[in-house]
Amino acid sequence: MVEKVRVRATLNGEPVDFLVAPYTSLLDTLRDELGLTGTKEGCNDGNCGACTVNMDGRIVDSCCVLGAEIDGSTVETIEGMAEPGKLHLLQQTFLEEAALQCGICTPGFLVSAKALLEKEPHPSETRIRFWLSGNLCRCTGYDKIVKAVQKAAESA
Amino acid sequence: MHPFEYVRAKSVDEAVAALAKHGERARPLAGGTDVLVMARAGRWELDALVDIKHIPETNIVELGASEFRLGAAVPCYRIYEDDEISAKFPCLVDTASIIGGIQIQSRAGLGGNLCNASPSADGIGPLIVHHATCVIAGPNGTREVAVEDFCTGPGRSVIGNGELLVEMKMPIPRKGFGAAYERFTPRNEMDIAIAGVASSVQLNGNIIESARIALASVGPTPILSSAGDQLAGKEATAENFSAAAQAAIADTSPISDMRGTVEQRKHLVGVLTRRTLERAVERARENN
Amino acid sequence: MVTDTTKGKYNVIGTRPIRHDGYDKVTGRAIYGADITLPGLLQGAILRSPHAHARIKSIDTSAAAAMPGVHAVITHTDFPAAEDTLVDLGEGAVNFRYASNNVMAGDKVLYRGHPVAAVAAVDKNTALEAASLIKVEYEVLKPVTKVMDAMKPGAPIVLEDLEGQDLGEKIDGQTNQANHFRHEFGDVDKGFAQADLVIEHEYDTAMVHQGYIEPHNATATWDEDDRITVWTSTQGAFAARRQIAGVLRVPDSQVKVIPLEIGGGFGGKIPTYLEPVAAILARKSGRPVKLLMERTSVFESTGPTPGSWMHVKVGVKNDGTITAATADLRFDAGAYPGSPVGAAAMCVFSAYDIPNTRIDGYDIVVNKPKTAAYRAPGATHAAFAMETVVDEICEKIGMDPLEFRIQNAAKEGTRRADGPIHPKIGAIETHQAAMQSDHWKTPLENAPDGKLRGRGVATGYWFNIGLKSVVTIAVNEDGTVALTEGSTDIGGSRASIAMMAAEVLGIPVEDVRPHVADTEGIGYTDVTGGSRTTYATGYAAHDAAQDVVTQLLERAAKLWDVEPDEVEFSNGSYQSKSDPELRLSHKELSSKLGSTGGPVVGTASVDPEGAGGAYSTQIADVEIDPETGKTDVIRFTVVQDVGTAIHPAYVEGQMQGAAAQGIGWALNEEYFFNDDGQMVNSSFLDYRMPTSYDLPEIETIIVEVPNPGHPFGVRGVGEVPIVPPVAAIANAIHDALGIRFRETPINPGRIRAALEAKE
Repeated sequence: MVEKVRVRATLNGEPVDFLVAPYTSLLDTLRDELGLTGTKEGCNDGNCGACTVNMDGRIVDSCCVLGAEIDGSTVETIEGMAEPGKLHLLQQTFLEEAALQCGICTPGFLVSAKALLEKEPHPSETRIRFWLSGNLCRCTGYDKIVKAVQKAAESA
Repeated sequence: MHPFEYVRAKSVDEAVAALAKHGERARPLAGGTDVLVMARAGRWELDALVDIKHIPETNIVELGASEFRLGAAVPCYRIYEDDEISAKFPCLVDTASIIGGIQIQSRAGLGGNLCNASPSADGIGPLIVHHATCVIAGPNGTREVAVEDFCTGPGRSVIGNGELLVEMKMPIPRKGFGAAYERFTPRNEMDIAIAGVASSVQLNGNIIESARIALASVGPTPILSSAGDQLAGKEATAENFSAAAQAAIADTSPISDMRGTVEQRKHLVGVLTRRTLERAVERARENN
Repeated sequence: MVTDTTKGKYNVIGTRPIRHDGYDKVTGRAIYGADITLPGLLQGAILRSPHAHARIKSIDTSAAAAMPGVHAVITHTDFPAAEDTLVDLGEGAVNFRYASNNVMAGDKVLYRGHPVAAVAAVDKNTALEAASLIKVEYEVLKPVTKVMDAMKPGAPIVLEDLEGQDLGEKIDGQTNQANHFRHEFGDVDKGFAQADLVIEHEYDTAMVHQGYIEPHNATATWDEDDRITVWTSTQGAFAARRQIAGVLRVPDSQVKVIPLEIGGGFGGKIPTYLEPVAAILARKSGRPVKLLMERTSVFESTGPTPGSWMHVKVGVKNDGTITAATADLRFDAGAYPGSPVGAAAMCVFSAYDIPNTRIDGYDIVVNKPKTAAYRAPGATHAAFAMETVVDEICEKIGMDPLEFRIQNAAKEGTRRADGPIHPKIGAIETHQAAMQSDHWKTPLENAPDGKLRGRGVATGYWFNIGLKSVVTIAVNEDGTVALTEGSTDIGGSRASIAMMAAEVLGIPVEDVRPHVADTEGIGYTDVTGGSRTTYATGYAAHDAAQDVVTQLLERAAKLWDVEPDEVEFSNGSYQSKSDPELRLSHKELSSKLGSTGGPVVGTASVDPEGAGGAYSTQIADVEIDPETGKTDVIRFTVVQDVGTAIHPAYVEGQMQGAAAQGIGWALNEEYFFNDDGQMVNSSFLDYRMPTSYDLPEIETIIVEVPNPGHPFGVRGVGEVPIVPPVAAIANAIHDALGIRFRETPINPGRIRAALEAKE
């Protein structure tokens, strides 16, 4: 039996301090240990992006990170995207443009798109499509997702 | 999945000691995008993963006067987001920007791509055509291995128990050097190469002084093709590129599987050899 | 000509409000099946067969059971003996005996990934480790995975007790042929004799998966009083309840299914896989148990859509009139009977008016996972064959493909080849709208150097279904209403259902609070499938809202002390016919319910029969690199008759999403089996679904030919747009290369091989 390890990190702006089995993925750590189920599992092998979170300013597939690895890091999940009572602009444009159907991929897309617009406020459609290619959606055909990101970029 | 420990190494010595302690039941952890997936899939039974991302040497990105040093844990984005490196090593940008999606590129790097030793690796051919050398630390000190000699079979490399790839070193391109990587995948992203080719040339006027051509997904390991040597001393012409493409095809020993057939892979090696040579020459001319 | 009959007709219908459940979904608060947790929850794992076909000689669970942290280990012996009963689930039927065998193998495993044992333990990893300690001894048998191989004499027999049928007669001896049926109309021999041109071809399509992003999941408790509660991701809580109860051999009423948010289904989340297993583990352990499926198992062990072999033959006169057509459709059902070949037969010729037709359908069992519905199940296969034959006919007789389709189009009164007479349909209007589209009218630009371009068009039909729906609407004193429905919401249907209620009540859609109830919170409602939810549940919402209006009229009459027929309802207000001063808005009247007899609740239970069929015509432009064989879709337009678009943004979303799935199906998606019958590409890496970087903008043109069988003219929208894309892409590739492809996927390898053969 391997022992749990202690992890201290900043999660959605708050300090967290917890124990986790060292082989547990960050995805399972967020969902099962920290109760943040907004981050979704789609494939568990880095090919769908449903589990995308932001770690130290970069988007990562949390299924391909260990919970233990975030010790000392800053992590942001979908739960940290809106301010109290106020949606992030992308969350608003996703709703307005009907950029979600079943919604399971939506948190991952939002976390990815937010990172893109923070880095490049006015990306081209091609650039948006390239950036989001690590996030699979099976419902929308991506059209309305791309338009929602464009709309957020235009109104920012 | 067999429960394993997580060891965060702060130095090469710590990493080597931790790896040596567990022998083949330990692996280094850099980006984790291969090793975690494979551990979960039962490819290995591990007792420890040794995180090498907190070691100064494995994070080095240094453009020296004559040498470029790239730490084994440096993720892809640090290559293409660095203007100086992008200008000098566009071939590395070619590969760093197509390994997985943006999420993967935040974590995965060429060092891990190398250690994963997949025949289809996008990162190995470009290192080969840049004449890269691997610096490997182990219980008995460090040794250097040419990158083309690094992989020994699918998923296998020269890395022994207790050893760690620390960095890759490669010469700073001289004037007249150009390199390019291209792969073929049915999807535009998030895919595995059915075939991939990296080419580099050292041009003198229109004469190719030397060339290197490396092939992916057409043998048990990435292949340094003899086609590059055949180009030495020849002119950069479409005819010579076609001959090189044929020579490259002759060096392949692909298999048919769900990703592609033998015929398709051989054909693609020819197409990609020609295309990457053209691109490499273009870049060589720009680099004058 | 885009028929837009609804403009200005409605207040709420046709607008684009933000969906009610949207806020939870963009903030991560929405609770999906995998997100549920319970006190004392155990985690489960399933051990699955590595073989496609094998006899189980023994299973030794002792090491797993002895592992610390393990609370239960089960095999098929823990399941009750199953009943041989066929039950209709709305979109597909289930035989409980096969359903039980499918969730846990008996003496044989029938496909790779077939469950053989399951474990419940304190955590996920312990359960997985314990499952890996279970020893199963197999006698490996030869598998059969292709329809035509399974039909050969001497083929390996998948189900030893299968009673095969051929044209209504029982087949003697063992067979893989579950059924062969035929629809015949007119005289095909005579029809072909009248033809100037007859085109016929064979087709072969690969098995493909729905590819929903959320894996299956189930969490169950089994109480001391034998009441079973299951939280799950399902397209139908009642369909899930029926299957779970059938497999567990308990009355339906003993099972409560709580449907959570569902991360995509497309037909694949109608069958239950994990639910009965979680329930048996819960009973054995005495604790709640959660099972989550891994992606590999989603591919290997759930319900993809079949691979098929087809033969289609069509005869035409030189003036473009179709004289006769025949189809021979052979679908692999997977390991148990029940492929969608019946639906394929209903659709194959239904875009056309053909006087002489014959359709043969074969349902064949093979060593692959049992197929399930996938968005217009069977129709995409059939359209691939029919629409590429039609394209070839148009090429040979020199006719515009849309004009040909208009000339031969099915219309109101046309008899469908399988029998029914078409009601009012919009095939012609859809083709006309396609002809008028910017896409069709804009010629293809020349391809860049070294590339080739082509354009293709195809059409598709889906019949849509009605079935049972229940809706209740409770009026709150502040004038808002709580709408409860039994239709699980996969893609925004809460909003469209709420919009129809709001339209009737004359209130803003934001004042409707839609809620999807569990099986004890609403009356029986069929699955969210068959493009029925906006149609049938919307019908129920309309009727329940009318019921509210009727009751509110009575309340107003009571308030004013007049007879109810002296009060009328218009524009959202209740008003006395005789006294213009007596007028109350819905909101004002709602505040007076306490003093007029208490709360008002409207209900409706419907089973409407007028689900109008739908047509979609699609235009595809492709650009091909002949050196690599790679096809890029550079422009794509979906034209569709939707009856009435309730929420146009979500209607467009259905059209775009289905087109994207169809493009993936056409170009790259397939189950790749090795010689041992094992799927070898069971990951999102190697099962190549399109990414955002693989697709162009998908243009949509909504055509509205209202369905007379619905109070607002709704037709099902979700399924028909996946019918034409494979054929449209194949026709575009032909236009670019001059080569007809009759196998899917039309991937780069296939294109290269065809080009080499041509060279």
